[in-house]
Amino acid sequence: MVRLIDIYKEYDNGTEALRGVNLRIDDGEFVFLVGPSGSGKSTIIKLITSEVYPTSGTMMVNGFRPDNMRESQIPLMRRTLGVIFQDFRLIEKKTVWENLSFVMRAVGVSGREVRRRIPYILKLVGLEGKEDHFPDELSGGEQQRVAIARALVNNPRMIIADEPTGNLDPQRSREIMDLLNRINELGTTVLVVTHERDLVDRFGKRVVAIEDGKIISDETGGYYNG
Amino acid sequence: MAKEKKTVRRINAGYYFSEGFHNVFSHGLMSFAAVCMIVACLLIMGMFSLVAINMENLLGELERENEFIAYIDETYTREQAQAMKSQLTAIENVADVTFVTKEEARENYLQGREEVELLQELPATVFRDRYRIHVSDLERISGTVDSVKRVTGVAKVTVALEIAQGFVLARNIAAGVAMVLIAMLMIISLFIIANTIKLATFYRREEIAIMKMCGATNGFIRWPFVYEGMLLGLTGAVIAFFMQWGVYQLVCSMIPDSGMGVFNIIPYTDMALHIFCIFLLSGFVIGVGGSMVAIRKFLQV
Repeated sequence: MVRLIDIYKEYDNGTEALRGVNLRIDDGEFVFLVGPSGSGKSTIIKLITSEVYPTSGTMMVNGFRPDNMRESQIPLMRRTLGVIFQDFRLIEKKTVWENLSFVMRAVGVSGREVRRRIPYILKLVGLEGKEDHFPDELSGGEQQRVAIARALVNNPRMIIADEPTGNLDPQRSREIMDLLNRINELGTTVLVVTHERDLVDRFGKRVVAIEDGKIISDETGGYYNG
Repeated sequence: MAKEKKTVRRINAGYYFSEGFHNVFSHGLMSFAAVCMIVACLLIMGMFSLVAINMENLLGELERENEFIAYIDETYTREQAQAMKSQLTAIENVADVTFVTKEEARENYLQGREEVELLQELPATVFRDRYRIHVSDLERISGTVDSVKRVTGVAKVTVALEIAQGFVLARNIAAGVAMVLIAMLMIISLFIIANTIKLATFYRREEIAIMKMCGATNGFIRWPFVYEGMLLGLTGAVIAFFMQWGVYQLVCSMIPDSGMGVFNIIPYTDMALHIFCIFLLSGFVIGVGGSMVAIRKFLQV
């Protein structure tokens, strides 16, 4: 569960990114976070992943308090999240298998468990047989599937997808969103940041709209009118 | 949460080592650059140190040639004079003593003189029995001379203190200059190597950021880098050791007097074990230290 209570965020250069944001995302929800560029969407993601800290306010992420926790707890908190980026952010020098295995090794999973889990995840995202490929040998859609597989491999409580379809054609975008929807149906909370009205409209999920650092609408089953 | 922490500690060094080993090859160009820098710096420092060691050795040998003479009282018989050897040898800082009879002294005096014929009539009784005395530490020669003077039967001592002090001064200056230059070279080398490793790490900052975002601890990210740095450092050290050997042999072969005993150059094999150990230690410190310093700033994600 994610809970933001009266969150303000001002960057060192004086930019007020968030101004009194209140947001609650319960376990198992599928939420779209929408809004124009510079509205504060990315700041919310960065707050949830503890890349930045709020200037004021209280927040809770899967049982952790990012606004008030020791640095040593950050990796533990991040392991409850799976993050997917628009530019995939795969390690170019590692194969698909290695891109997934290092994430598992990072949390202390044994080699045997890695060998058991990765084929299952690759099958789930439709990448069977691609384990020995390097990222630059894959299409954009396939690379994003690897990124999703990486986000899923440690069985996180929540998936955060930051513009996951921004670099993909409409067909691949729909496939990725369908995959995220299926993951949500399996019980994982999903938060998707996007600009793409068609995708948001098509799924009919909860849509949180943000503008000028404030949440301007939060409607379950609503449509994106930004 | 506590359970999760325990699982992290369970990751064995084998995984870190294999990751570090793998990274050396997957970032081949940067690894090559880092190894080249380590080799170059160790070679420069090593070469300079070897020159300094040989200079020190040469000065040491010249020092050992420096001796003083203790003349024996004329009233002493040959047997009494020879019996003094044990007393003189027992004096602190005396390395060795050689008894020279008055006849040998006369012969030595005549050798190399043009007016030998005129001096043929010179009786040996003009000379005294004497001891040629070498000291271990030239810096303490004055005290040793005083001790020798106090030995009963020693009539007179002649010593070229100025020459002895000149050697001591030359040696101290050479040692001081060598230490300063080696220290400067070491600092410059460390700076260059740290920057090379920093550049290599900067190239991989995105990779580190991704690892952090996936919940990797600083230790999980740092250890493969440390092993990688260690491997690069040790590889550089081994290459530098053999290259140093080759360069040293080449330089030795180019010194024409090396076989004539004027410049008694120390064979590389006599110092090889020391050089190998020092290079390995330096490579280890440079590789591990450089990696740890370089990665520190990129872990703040």
